[in-house]
This record gives sequence, structure tokens and C-alpha cells, in this order.
Amino acid sequence: MTDNVLEVKNLTMHYMTRKGPVSAVNNVNFSVARGESLGLVGESGCGKTSIALSLLKLLPDNADIKQGQILINSKDIVPLNYAEICKLRWKQISMVFQAAMNALNPVYTVEDQILEAMQEHLPHLSEAEMDRRVDELFKLVGLDPKFKDQYPHQYSGGMRQRAVIAMALSCEPDIIVADEPTTALDVIVQDALLKRIRKIQEKLNMAMIYISHDIAVIAEVSDRMGVMYAGNLIEMASTEAIFHHPIHPYTMGLMSAFPSIVGDKTELTTLPGEPPDLLNPPTGCRYHPRCPYATAICSQEMPEYREHEAQHFAACWHPRGEV
Amino acid sequence: MENQDILVNIQDLSKLFPVGGGIFKRSDVFVHAVSGFNLQIKRGESVGLVGESGCGKSTTGKLLTRLINPTEGKIEIASAQGVIDIASLRGKKLKTFRRNVQMIFQDPYESMNPRLTIYDTVAEPLNVQGIGTIVERETRVSELLETVGLTPATSFLFRYPHELSGGQRQRVAIARALIVSPLFVVADEPTSMLDVSVRTGVMHLMQDLATNLNVTYLYITHDLAVARYMCDRIAVMYLGKLVELAETEELLHHALHPYTQALLSAVPVPDPTHSRKAVQIKGGISKPVNPKPRCRFYDRCLLADNSCRDSPHPELEDKGNNHFVACHKV
Amino acid sequence: MTMPTNGLTVSTATRIPLWKIRLKLAWRATKTSWATFAESPIGLIGLGVIIFFGLFALAHPILMHTVWDSSTYDPQMGYDMEIAFHPANPSARHLLGTDPLGRDILSQLMYSTRYEFVLGILSAVVTVVIATTIGAAAAYYGGLIDAVLMRLADLVIMVPFLPILIVLSSLTEVGMFELALLIGVLSGFGGNTIVIKSQALSVKVKPFIEAARIAGGSDFHIIFTHLIPNLLPIALLYMMFVVTSAIFSEAVLSYFGLTTIRMSWGIMINTAQTQGYLLRFDTWYLLIPASLAITLLCAAFYLVGRALDEVVNPRLRSR
Repeated sequence: MTDNVLEVKNLTMHYMTRKGPVSAVNNVNFSVARGESLGLVGESGCGKTSIALSLLKLLPDNADIKQGQILINSKDIVPLNYAEICKLRWKQISMVFQAAMNALNPVYTVEDQILEAMQEHLPHLSEAEMDRRVDELFKLVGLDPKFKDQYPHQYSGGMRQRAVIAMALSCEPDIIVADEPTTALDVIVQDALLKRIRKIQEKLNMAMIYISHDIAVIAEVSDRMGVMYAGNLIEMASTEAIFHHPIHPYTMGLMSAFPSIVGDKTELTTLPGEPPDLLNPPTGCRYHPRCPYATAICSQEMPEYREHEAQHFAACWHPRGEV
Repeated sequence: MENQDILVNIQDLSKLFPVGGGIFKRSDVFVHAVSGFNLQIKRGESVGLVGESGCGKSTTGKLLTRLINPTEGKIEIASAQGVIDIASLRGKKLKTFRRNVQMIFQDPYESMNPRLTIYDTVAEPLNVQGIGTIVERETRVSELLETVGLTPATSFLFRYPHELSGGQRQRVAIARALIVSPLFVVADEPTSMLDVSVRTGVMHLMQDLATNLNVTYLYITHDLAVARYMCDRIAVMYLGKLVELAETEELLHHALHPYTQALLSAVPVPDPTHSRKAVQIKGGISKPVNPKPRCRFYDRCLLADNSCRDSPHPELEDKGNNHFVACHKV
Repeated sequence: MTMPTNGLTVSTATRIPLWKIRLKLAWRATKTSWATFAESPIGLIGLGVIIFFGLFALAHPILMHTVWDSSTYDPQMGYDMEIAFHPANPSARHLLGTDPLGRDILSQLMYSTRYEFVLGILSAVVTVVIATTIGAAAAYYGGLIDAVLMRLADLVIMVPFLPILIVLSSLTEVGMFELALLIGVLSGFGGNTIVIKSQALSVKVKPFIEAARIAGGSDFHIIFTHLIPNLLPIALLYMMFVVTSAIFSEAVLSYFGLTTIRMSWGIMINTAQTQGYLLRFDTWYLLIPASLAITLLCAAFYLVGRALDEVVNPRLRSR
């Protein structure tokens, strides 16, 4: 595939803490094509946000990219310095965070903040063009342009999140990374926003990486999805394949542990145990202490992340519980 | 419904919060957080209270546990001492009565004093109520920790909350709520902060305790899918008013109130091949500040007409099958 | 769900009494806090200086009973007859020389240290007790109680600290003990109360406070088992800064001769001044030892406070 706007190769990242290194992202490989929506799902502390931050190099000081490449439009961003990264942000890759209020500056109007990003990255545009573009962006995310000269605190939670999305879209990035953008919202607001995000992504033919802990949300917005567990990407395939034919026992457990309001009320399964401590992760497959199918090899060797079925990748010694 | 079966009988419960004002100035603007709330909960039953943030569901929970005082209304609880209205209890009587109603909180990281050990946290209700000797308390705490799945209890007793995971802490919180053998437990989003892989375990635990210890729950949540698994009946709140009440499956499959229908169609489904109905609602949620006397849902309802505008907020009406709805148009 | 035991187990067969377990837990907590504290060199330097002054103070009575003759070396009444002219330069007899009244400066310095400690720690304890109770009560009850207490605090903050002490000392006799109480009360009611109250407000809204109320806990129970234990670390931290300001204030007041304290580091400087030796380089030993002691001890407590800040506020810790 040559149309990959983003490729992540063998990415390994540690956080240095006073108790030792925390292995937050471990040998992760994936790619996203133009116009594709990729979902990343996992529990808290599984490394999904760390991956998002790595893509923009927004990592905290104690983070250390041990190895791997992050290719954005075939250019490796890992060795780039701060100034070079700043040129890439907004224009090639931009991000929408969970806490919209923190992403907006409370002392400027929403319009000013969007204009600022554009002036920095699209200096060739005239003032009138920029104004017109702000109006377009507002309409695109479903906000009335008459609210554009208001301050963030005058917006409701859903409106703020839309404004942040408008800002992220302002410089027409190739890739947008959305980290739990709807998690703090009520279902009705969330529903409207999810539909809007999906529509914009298809209309602008952007690549999107949507990160969430909620598999139902991922099911709504992504074509392909990856499942993360304890810093590893353990499975990746089309959303349908993951939901209907999961390979990894963790994915299988996750699917049957998730309640739904439609369909028959099936028994929810419980995954035994707790997620591991990443200060000293289990040897071999990191899921083996909780896995019902684990055998001796699982605790000794890390399974290879490979293509089990066409376009269906997984890292497991016993796919679907086979011995 | 037989009368002796009713454990909690809430009648016309209201809570108004003044907006602005101060020590010297009385406010005449009020948020009607809960108004005219009626609900009967049977012994051993789990009732879900569902709604969006700001609908008054958490305020209702705080009223039932008397963390805040109701503006008006009755909360009658059928205890061993007969039916007692706790809305007006004060002082020592209230303290004794607190043994009957306990609460489980949403955030397992904030609901425990970081400076107390698990033993001190769980034993606190026994401690302040002066129940049992120290040895008896220790035995009781150990038993209960094992009951909630923290085995062996001895290895947890003298740990601090920060040494436990989220799921384990929530189990401790459940143990604390159950140590005085309450009749009624208000659970305010007890699983919403937990990861999926540990959430089911806590949900199962709460269900098992309901059957084994005959605990009655009011389960406050915004997540209808979780409510489906936890509750026998679901009550839907909108801006301080109860708009629909029915048995769980009945409500999910035959919702009558336009708000409930909108809410149900907005819940994302964990199945990429499933296509949901469009959400039939307009506008956004507001705050019930000095609300007009008409139906609270009027501004967002697609069915509303002039008769809705001119009539007062509809009362809950029995539509048969234990299904109650407050809507002029149903 | 299994986890390794932490060695503290209770079984009905071999019961370890609760207090023993609590003692063990407290000891363990102290060890971890110490480990964090010991990581910062400034804290260790501060602590070293404080320990040095502690030993310095303890050595005085020992020396007075062994090598030093009390008629010559008494810090207040002593007079060395063998030297004709006072102040005398440092010599083997008087390591830091003598003051204009013929008293040994080293002896004075050591003798005063004890009182500086008493003053600093007493006023810090008074401050913490007042600030914690008032702050906790204002935050917990809110409303009228809060309004009254906070206006009182504003009043104390508005009027500057030293001028109040100067006015008060001119009205009554201010000895070391009274001064300690005064500094304690004033700094307790002022800024410290507000800092503690803001901390208390953030603790008050935590769900564990609600849980305690649902358990049936009284206001007293909640304030003393839940609120105050969560305020104490920060109170301890501010205690260190109060010690610094108390020692400093005493020095300033004594220098101006506004206290009835008979001997202290401030008084030593005051003596040098009243006898007309203030700005003379040849009699440096009248000024430098006392000034240096004030500076060092103040700085030491401040440094310890800064290091404690790392222990108390995990947010400041490097991850």
C-alpha cells in the first residue's frame, strides 16, 4: 500500500519513573491509509493515549522512544526536533483531546483561536479568505457561525468539543487523531457528534485515528480497529471482523463483557484478574496470567504479531483458543 | 403491588437550589433539581434511575441518603421499627437510621480517605455507630471483604487505598456500604469509572449480593446498557421530573415517552452491522431554573403542540403492564 | 484475586493487637517519606544544620558544668577579670572573644540557641493548631462561621506583622514565651489559615466525607478523622516556614530592644549596637557569630520545609 499517510513501525516507548521504566508502548506496528478511519480500543493504561501523543510528539519529558519509526507521509518524525515537529502539526497531523475546555484558551474567542492556528500555518490566505474559512469550518462541525466571537465558557460541552474539532480541521490535516473526544458527553450529544465526525472524515477524505475505551463508539466510527492490551497491539482487522470473528482471547472476552441495549440479553462474561503492572510486565504474552487458554509457551515467549487471516493481524499463540 | 412489600416510598420529593443569593440576601431564583418525584421500590428490587447529567438523578440519590435535606416531600422506609419518614429525621434518630440506608459512590479513587487503611474504611460505620467490640468488628470486616471477593481478607485489611486497583477499591466501597446490613443501598454510577474487563465482575458481585443478602438497590446511571443488566425496573428522569417508569425489557423495547425513545436511539451499539434509528430530539439540555409550569420536555419534543404548551407538566399515568409515562401525547 | 500479603495479617487464632499493626504501618510510612526527603540534598543540608545547632545548644550546660567556670563564662552574669579591656579579641580562653560587658560570646551563642529552638517550635505549634482548627472549621461549616473567621484572617493579614509586635511590645512586657505565643497566634490567624482552609475545601468535597456522613459520623468525627489528617502534611510544611519567620522576628524585635528577653541572638546584636560597636570591622566577633547563627538556622528550617514540600505534594515530584 503506497497510499499510507501514516505508518508506525516497531514503536517502543518507555516512561521513566522513580520506580523504573514503565513499558507503555511495546513494539507496535500499524498503518493508516488516506480516507481511512482506524479505531484504537483498550483499557486505561494500555498505551493508547501514549501512541496518540507519540504521533504528535507531545510526549511528557520523562517519555523515551526506545526504538521504531513514525512515518507521516513517508517522513520519519521520531528524529525531528521541536521546531520541525511544529511545522507538521496542524497541517499534516492534528489532535482532538478529551478535555475540550483545556484545549481552548479561556481568554480568547473561539474565532481568534482558530484564526491564530491558520495564520501560523496558512500564511498565504488573505484575511477575508480566513474569515470565510472559519464560517465554513463552523458549518462543517455543525455550529452556527454566529457563535464564533463568543468565549469558550459560553459554549456547552458538546459545542466546545465541536469547536475543538473545527480548530483541528482548520489547516486541512492529512491525519486527525481523536482521543476520547466524546467520553465526557451525554449520549444524545455524543450521538450527534459521532455522526458528525464520521461525516466530516468521509467528506474530507482524511485519515482518522479514533481512540476510545468504549467498543460501541469504535464500532460506530471506524472502518478498521486495533485492540491494545498492556502496551501491546494484540489484534487489528476490519471492525466487522473484530466484532464477529475475534482471534485474540482478550478481544473475545472484551466483546462478551460489553453490555448492549439491543439484541438478546446474553450473559456478560467476566475477565479474571486485573490488568498487569507495566513496571514489571508478565513475561511472554502479557495477557497470559488472565487468559483461559494459556499454556507453557505463553508465559515464555512473546507471540509474534502476524497476519492470521487476510488483513486480520493478531499476536497470540492460541488464536480463538485453538491449541 | 402489595403494601407490605414496599420498602421505599418516595412521595412528592422536591429539592430546589437557590441561584445566587448569600448570607444576607435571599434568592428568588431556584434550580428545580428534583420536583414532584414519586417512586415506590419493593423489597429486594433493583431500580435504575437513568438520565443525562444535570437531570437530578444524583440529587435524588443524595436526598435518599439525607446528604442534603429535601425542600418538601416524604421518603418513607419500612424498617424493623415500622415505616419511618426519613425526610424529617434529625439528630440522633437520623444517625441510628443511617444504618438502614447506605451509598456506593462513583469514583473509587476519591471515595476513600487515602490516610485510612482498608480496615478503618470498612469498619467506619460500625465505629461511629458504636456497634460491636474491636475483635467483633475485625471479624466482621474480614468476613465481608471475603464476601466481596477480596481474598484472603487478611492481606487486604491493612493496606492503603492507593495500593489497590480500581476494581478492588470499588469492592471495598461495596463492603463498607454493606457492613451495617442496610435495607437499602443507593449506588451512584458504581461501575462507570471501571474498565470493561473488571466492570462485569463488580456488576456480578452487586447482583449476587442483592440475591444473597436481600439488598435493595437504587442504581443511578447514565448508561442504559449497564442498567439493563443491573435493574429490574428503570426510571427515566428529565430535568428533575420522572418521565417514564417500567420494567427493564419493557422500557427498552416499548419505550413510550419521546425522551426515552430519543435516549435509547442515541446509545451506541457494540455491533458495526447494526444501524440505529435516527434520534428524534431537538435543541440541547438546559437547567430547570424557575421552569415554566408546562411539560419540562416541551422545548425539545418533536411531538409537542399547543395543548402541551398550555397544560401543566403531565402526571405519571399507568399504561398497563406496570408501565408509567408522563406525557400528554401517549 | 490473590495478592502477596504485606506481612501484616490478622487471624483470630494469633491476633496481633491493632495498635501494634498501626505502629508498624506508621513506621513504614515514615520510612517511605524519609526516602523521598533524603533524595533532596537541600533537605539533608538543612537537617544537618538543625542537628548541629541542636548539639550546640545541648553542649552548653555540659560545658558550664565541666570546663567553664560559671563566674567567668555565665552568658548573662559572667565577667572575665583577667582581661583588662572588653570587648576582647578571640583567644584560647574565649574562642569568639568577649562582649563589651566582659561576657563570653561563644557561651552566649550556645545558651541562646536553646531559646531560639523553643521560640521557633512553640510558635510553629501554636500556628499549626490554630490554622488547622480554624481553617478546617471555616471550610467544613461554611456560611456565617466561615465569613466571620475569614474576615478575622483578612484583618490579621492587612495589618503588617512586625508593626503589630512593635506596638504590642510597647504596651506590655514581651518575654520569650509571650513572644512565641504572639507570633504563633498572629501567623496562625493570618495567611496560614487561608492556605489551610483552601486545602480543607478541596478535601471537604471528596466523596469520602459524604461516605462518613452516611455512616453516621458526627461533624466532630469527620473533622478529626477525615479532614484534619489530610491537612496535617501541608500544615507541617508551613510549620517549618513559621519557625523561620519566628526566629527572624525575634531577632528584629530584640535588636530594637523591644523585648524583655535577657539573652538571645537578637540581644547579642543589640548589645553590640547599644555599646557603639555596630559598624566596626575590628570587633566583628560581636556581630558576625550571632548574625550568622540567625541566618543559618532560619535558612535550615526553610530548606527542610522546601524538601518536605516534595514529600507532601506529590505533584511536585519528578515522576
